[in-house]
Amino acid sequence: MALFHRRGLAALVLTLALTGSAHAQQKVSIDFWHGLPQPLGGLLEQVVAGFNASQAQYEIKPSFRGSYPETMVSSIAAFRAGNAPHIVQMFEVGTATMMAARGAVKPVHELLAEAGVALDTNDYLPAIRGYYSTTDGKLMSMPFNSSTSIMFYNKEAFRKAGLDPEKAPATWAELRAAAKKIKESGASACAFTSSWPTWTQIEQVGAIHNVGVASKANGFGGPDATLDLTNPLFVRHLTTLVEMAKEGTYRYGGRDGAGDALFASGECAITHASSGARARYLKEVPGGIANIGFAFLPYYSEVTATPNNTVIGGASFWVMNAGPNKVRAREELTGIAEFFKYISRVDIASKWHIDTGYLPITKSAFEAVKATGYYDKNPGADIPITELLRGTMTANSMGFRLGNFAEIRVAIQEEMERAIQGQQTPAAALEAANKRGNEILRAFERANRS
Amino acid sequence: MHKRVIFNNRLLPYLLLLPQMMITLVFFFWPAFEAIRQSVLLQDAFGLRSEFVGFENFAHILNDPNYLTAMGVTIVFSATVTLLAMVPALLLAVLADSGIRGASLYKTLLIWPYAVAPAVAAVLWLFMAHPSIGIIGKALNAAGIAWNYQINGGQALTLVILASAWKQISYNFLFFLAGLQSIPKSVIEAAKIDGARPVRRFFTIILPLLSPTTFFLLVVNLVYAFFDTFGVIDALTKGGPGTSTVTLIYRVYIDGNHNLNLGSSSAQSVILMVIVIALTVIQFRFIEKKVHY
Repeated sequence: MALFHRRGLAALVLTLALTGSAHAQQKVSIDFWHGLPQPLGGLLEQVVAGFNASQAQYEIKPSFRGSYPETMVSSIAAFRAGNAPHIVQMFEVGTATMMAARGAVKPVHELLAEAGVALDTNDYLPAIRGYYSTTDGKLMSMPFNSSTSIMFYNKEAFRKAGLDPEKAPATWAELRAAAKKIKESGASACAFTSSWPTWTQIEQVGAIHNVGVASKANGFGGPDATLDLTNPLFVRHLTTLVEMAKEGTYRYGGRDGAGDALFASGECAITHASSGARARYLKEVPGGIANIGFAFLPYYSEVTATPNNTVIGGASFWVMNAGPNKVRAREELTGIAEFFKYISRVDIASKWHIDTGYLPITKSAFEAVKATGYYDKNPGADIPITELLRGTMTANSMGFRLGNFAEIRVAIQEEMERAIQGQQTPAAALEAANKRGNEILRAFERANRS
Repeated sequence: MHKRVIFNNRLLPYLLLLPQMMITLVFFFWPAFEAIRQSVLLQDAFGLRSEFVGFENFAHILNDPNYLTAMGVTIVFSATVTLLAMVPALLLAVLADSGIRGASLYKTLLIWPYAVAPAVAAVLWLFMAHPSIGIIGKALNAAGIAWNYQINGGQALTLVILASAWKQISYNFLFFLAGLQSIPKSVIEAAKIDGARPVRRFFTIILPLLSPTTFFLLVVNLVYAFFDTFGVIDALTKGGPGTSTVTLIYRVYIDGNHNLNLGSSSAQSVILMVIVIALTVIQFRFIEKKVHY
């Protein structure tokens, strides 16, 4: 009897499921894979829900696929199997890999043109637009969540060390002197640390000083670019870090975002981290916002008098074909274009910026938020934006277009770590990183030859 | 009545074997064959372009100084993990078998870590060893020992070895305990009557009688150290600092799964396959002769 009952129930569920899907068929369904964990992922899904509620034709189905690298790998595997998602969120270092996969992605500028949807790309912050565009300014992917790296410092530690808590070190000489004072006075256990070692200590340093990390405008000019890590600027900088580590004023915080914890706990007085770390620091650093200073990344006054803009990090949205030789239907592409139009609306972009701390994509969103007085009430929140707009963007500060960039970053990190451990000199470390990185670039160039 | 052990039906034994054969074919032979095929190809990440390159992937990987370093790290890592996972397990098994009070409670507790997923085990160790948030890490630094596995290669390797070995102790404990319990009590009692002391009894009677278990565990532990430890490494050190905790299997994982270099990753797994086949053959050929069944 119970068995029959269960069968009856199963049949009912099946019928419901069938009618449910039949109902959903009326809408064009668009798969969207993202790599944002909570709470950011939830906020992103709210944006998607807002789009779904705003019209009746399309239904975007978001799903979380793990970290950025995991999302990238699973979407590529899905593409090979012929069922890639329509939209995938890809971190910025995957840009060159996606761009080289001509048969796998649908460039956003083509998508918008075919769907007849107009977006004012000139309104985008130049550093964001440039990172995701071809050299002739055509948008390849849809910018969404961008950040940059800035300097955070602990005002309490500055006070204890006898430093002016309202004046952040602007140059590396000032930073080093401040770190020395902090160490000598015992104001905090550790003076200076950093997160995302290659991003904040190599890539940003290059951009700020208008020195290329790679030839051909950091790879924008073509896949045959070569790394230029042996440039005296990078040798000078890694030497600074190694010397500071030796004198006990710099603590290497580990790879990726591992260094964030050192500033959050109040252990380190200064850090270079993603502007996206702001929310965590406000919550965790002892003393909260009253104790945190925000500033631009420092520069070497011996190298340049006019420091440039920093580059962005974060992710953008790529439109993928379903698989090799499997293109998307017209209405699906139109739906994606409508979604992109929706997320670049001033109200949506401003809300995303305020809710998450990521940069506003457009200048008009920035102005709109400014007009509400948000930046006056939240000191330091505009630092990443003004830092991105500093100076004039050059070929060396536009961004990076290097194949297998994630792998190159790991190679650089490994050699930096060996230098900081004292196993090799800074010059030798950069030499080795350069050699390994170039091999990776050549392998990518060869595998993507058409 | 005599029970027949031979099947009447000719088809039935094959039918009974079929599920196991299918699993072996689909999950072992097919991937192994795929790995060999991919190892001679150069492919872009999306599989849009593919080119036959012969043994170039192998030549490239074997000429990479970092690959040779990884080989050295793997030897140190596997040998130490195996040793550290087996010796304490044997000790604990002997103690748990010696009839102390609450032995069954100890047994249950000792088996627990085996149920912990590698990544979770790594996080547990991270919370103990992290220089600024870990209990032990903080204590070491407070005691004046400069402990920071994020920038000290030796400390990093020690940490991943400890975490990997700890996870395997339960498994070994279980087998050793079963092995100990199957040793006939009469043999040990006879030795007692002859006046052999516990230590002597252990080395001359228990250890030789345990040798089939020990041999089995040696093979299993080496395979574990070679193949099943990248989760721990990934969660704890990501191979760093430098390349001091990159083992061969971790490199296969990184090159294939992060760097999407399938040709190189496949070539490496073929090399690894050859190494493990060779190791297993050596173990069965030479060590097994010393095992008493």
